[in-house]
Amino acid sequence: MTSDDLAYVAELVRHHAGVVLKGDKAFFIETRLGPVARREKAPGVSALVDQVRRNPAPDLVKALVEATLMQETGFFRDRAVFRTLKQSVMPQLSSRREGRGLRILSAGCATGQETYSVAMLAADLFPASAVEIIGVDFAPRSLEKAKAGLYTHFEVQRGLPIRRLLAHFEPVDDNWRVASSLRQAVKWGEFNLLGDMRPLGVFDLILCRNVLHSLTPEAASRLLDMLDNALAPDGVLVIGAREEAILSPAFSAGDADGVWMRNPAFQREAVLV
Amino acid sequence: MSEPRTCLVVDDSRVMRKVALRIVEQLNFEGVEACDGLEALTYCRAAMPDAILLDWGMPVMDGLEFLRQLRKEPGGQKPVVVFCTAETNPAKIRTALDFGANEYIMKPFDGDIIASKFEEVGLI
Repeated sequence: MTSDDLAYVAELVRHHAGVVLKGDKAFFIETRLGPVARREKAPGVSALVDQVRRNPAPDLVKALVEATLMQETGFFRDRAVFRTLKQSVMPQLSSRREGRGLRILSAGCATGQETYSVAMLAADLFPASAVEIIGVDFAPRSLEKAKAGLYTHFEVQRGLPIRRLLAHFEPVDDNWRVASSLRQAVKWGEFNLLGDMRPLGVFDLILCRNVLHSLTPEAASRLLDMLDNALAPDGVLVIGAREEAILSPAFSAGDADGVWMRNPAFQREAVLV
Repeated sequence: MSEPRTCLVVDDSRVMRKVALRIVEQLNFEGVEACDGLEALTYCRAAMPDAILLDWGMPVMDGLEFLRQLRKEPGGQKPVVVFCTAETNPAKIRTALDFGANEYIMKPFDGDIIASKFEEVGLI
C-alpha cells in the first residue's frame, strides 16, 4: 500500500465511522484488507483501494471500513465490570422498575460476545420476559456472526467460565453455538453510532465500550450526547474500563472502572423537568 | 519475596508438558511435571501444589481417577485443578466438574487461554 492509499483508507474510516486511525497503522490495515481484496477478487490491497477510489460503491466502502475497524472482543471482557453489573447495577435497576422490564443496549456490539455476556447475567437474575437486550453495530458481517451465535473453540475459552459454556452453548463440529434460549433473548440491529439513536428508544443500561476513544472529538461528543439522551434518568452507562472520556457532571463513577451512574443531582433535575 | 507457587503439569505427552510448563512459568509459577496420574499422586502426597493442569487420557492412571483420589487425600482440596484435554463432550466435561475440577481447558490451547482460565479461578 502506498501512503496515498493509507491516507485514503484513513479518510474513509474517519468520514463513515468518525474514527481516527492513530499511529503507524500501515501493516495492520494491509493485513485486515487482505481478506476483503481476496473476496472482491482484486489482485491486492492496493488494487482494491484503487477500485474503491474509482468507484466508491457503498457496499464496498462499508466492507472496507468494517474490516479496518475490526475490534478485539471477548466474553466477559473486563471481569470487574460484569461482576459489578451482576452484583449491584442490574438488580438495583430492576428493583426500581417495579415490574417493567429492563432495556439494555450493547452499542458497538461487534461479533456479539459482550451482548451475550450481558444476556447470561440477565438469565442468572431475571425471567427472560423481564429484560430486553439489543446489540447494534454498523458492521453487517460482525452482526451476522453475532446473530448466528457461533464461536470458535478459541473464542469460547477466553473469558468464558466452563460452567457458563456448558449452561449456554452447544458444540457444533469444532465450534460452539449459543443455545437458542439465549439467542432468543437478544435482538440485533445494523446501526451506525454516528446516526440518530432516538428510534431505538430509552435504555436503563447502555454499554458502549472502547468506541469513544477512537472517535474524532466531534464524533465522540455527539455520541456522548446521544447516549445521554437515550439513557433513562437513573440509568447506567458503561464505557471501556481504561477509556478516558469526558463525561458531563451528570455522571459519577460507579463501582468498577468504566461504569458510570447518573449523579443524584441530575436525577432530581430530570424529575423536575 | 514469598515462595513461588507451584503448578503441576500432568500429561503423558512430553511435548505437551514442555509447552504447558513454559506457559505456567511465564505466569510466574514454578512448574513441575508428572507423566501420569499415579506419578502426580505421588508428587502431591509429598507436597501439594497450588495448581494442577491435568490431562484426561493417560496410561497407568487417568486424570479423572487421579482427581477422585486427590480430593480424598489430606490437603487434597487445596490445589486448583484445571483439566486440559482434547475431550470436548459436554457430558464428559460435566463429569470432570462433578469430580471436583475447578476449570476446564479444551485442547488445542494457547497461553491466552491458560491465563484466562487461571484468572477465572483466582490463580492470577
